[in-house]
Amino acid sequence: MGMTMSQKILAHHANLESVRAGQLIMADLDMVLGNDITAPVAINEFGKFGKETVFDKDKVALVPDHFSPNKDIKAAEQCKAVRCFANDHDITNYFDVGQMGIEHALLPEKGLVGAGDLVIGADSHTCTYGALGAFSTGVGSTDMACGMATGQAWFKVPSAIKFNLTGSFSKHVSGKDLILHIIGMIGVDGALYQSMEFVGPGVKNLTIDDRFTIANMAIEAGAKNGIFPVDEVALEYMKEHYKKEPRIYEADSDAVYDRVIDIDLSKVKSTISFPHLPSNTRTIDEIGEGEVKIDQVVIGSCTNGHISDLRQAAAILKGKKIAKHVRALIFPATQEIWKQAMHEGLFDIFVDSGCAVSTPTCGPCLGGHMGILAEGERAVSTTNRNFVGRMGHVKSEVYLASPAVAAASAVAGYIADPAKVMEG
Amino acid sequence: MQAKGTVFRYGDNVDTDVIIPARYLNTSNHKELASHCMEDIDQNFIKQVKEGDIMVADKNFGCGSSREHAPIAIKESGISCVIARTFARIFYRNSINIGLPILECPEACDGIKAGDVVSVDFTTGKITNETTGAVYQSEPFPEFMQNLIEAGGLAGYIAKGGK
Ligand code: SF4
Repeated sequence: MGMTMSQKILAHHANLESVRAGQLIMADLDMVLGNDITAPVAINEFGKFGKETVFDKDKVALVPDHFSPNKDIKAAEQCKAVRCFANDHDITNYFDVGQMGIEHALLPEKGLVGAGDLVIGADSHTCTYGALGAFSTGVGSTDMACGMATGQAWFKVPSAIKFNLTGSFSKHVSGKDLILHIIGMIGVDGALYQSMEFVGPGVKNLTIDDRFTIANMAIEAGAKNGIFPVDEVALEYMKEHYKKEPRIYEADSDAVYDRVIDIDLSKVKSTISFPHLPSNTRTIDEIGEGEVKIDQVVIGSCTNGHISDLRQAAAILKGKKIAKHVRALIFPATQEIWKQAMHEGLFDIFVDSGCAVSTPTCGPCLGGHMGILAEGERAVSTTNRNFVGRMGHVKSEVYLASPAVAAASAVAGYIADPAKVMEG
Repeated sequence: MQAKGTVFRYGDNVDTDVIIPARYLNTSNHKELASHCMEDIDQNFIKQVKEGDIMVADKNFGCGSSREHAPIAIKESGISCVIARTFARIFYRNSINIGLPILECPEACDGIKAGDVVSVDFTTGKITNETTGAVYQSEPFPEFMQNLIEAGGLAGYIAKGGK
């Protein structure tokens, strides 16, 4: 029986000829990731193993991005614990404030993850690197500790859903709309324990940033990982960034999938997730003009803090002012992206329109710090979760959207169609 | 290995943000985490929960982030076992790794209400609703998982030489 792309990567790392769905395997890891929330717990566990040092100091990445720059004393202590551990173990890939970016944008940019790699991270959006053809998945802190100590992790081999993409996006539609559309269709547990494998002639029309966004939110459908084939677009990105040689795996022609879903990209519309689940989607034409009045707009995060996301937002905000009652916060995902956006003049556009530009941090995405919502407030956000209380008060609301919709909504003061804002 | 206690009953898609809101994740102190467990959907939980009590929920329990703080908060609150129709993948893995027993059993979820007294035998996978007398069968834990749970999680298990 043929293997899926994900299964092939797992088999290779477990030194097995082949694997099948449901099989439990022990596999070698190429990278183990943690942040300032999950790493302190892992460091504590690591201490219990009685290991002198990590399995490979080049294959651990520590990124304090969630509550940093330190939001309060407790957060400062957490970051300090990570910093001390990184120093003690001479961890090569430790990124403190100043080099820090949001982990899932930073690792690909620094060339630490790429095609054919097997990566675990103590952060659920570790699935992002599937955009480059890696098998990457989120785990907890104990798994991270075990990974740091042994260089291995256990996996249950997943089955897969195949998404066969055709066509290309229409104007103002991007990867975020596609993944929200998919989650709306299959539900927040629609791909539970499964891989989401994206294939088909439409893939070549997706930018690398689209793919990062899509793979990033595979977890929001309950998936173990999301993965794309390694094509010209991916190779181009890795040529510039990736430190190793890409290892290209393709699904067997007789690979078995639990389900095949065909999607014509040209039919995907701007899609918004209403509170309080990412699957609670509506397309822009199903939302009345002025129906959902907003207080805040957040553009950034590991999902949509890439340069093309910022460009899309800037294209809409250029020469316009955001609505008077709206606060708009822009969070480039990494220092590199921040610099690039600055050089391209995007910051002028943002600031002139009334937005505030921040240093990279997860802050607002998880209601950690910076941009917390008060009772009854509503935000349109390019982040990935809109659970109860995710961005602040339990009675606040988060609407997930693309950078284009978020920017358009900032101008209108309510959830708005980018096309209309551009015309108007 | 057994558990017995009063049931706290929840619905579908209980996510890690309501199990332990991110605003409290600036600490990894177990007691402090537990003191905020479930507060965004059930303010009474932490006031009422007693050592040994059981949590029962519907589909996709523990969806969302990979924070191990979520099963840690539940375990530290005194909950002895979580029964759900299905669990989100990372939550499942984390629970096992920290030694919180969790069981998937849709039939039990159909028949168990808040306040029922339920007992669970981990060796046989038998779940008994002591209030109604109904008995449900879930997949028993393999031996290594029972050992792992008894060792208080993966770290303790490995330290004891388990493989
Ligand atoms: S930006 Fe949000 S989703 Fe992404 S890693 Fe940070 S907290 Fe998690």
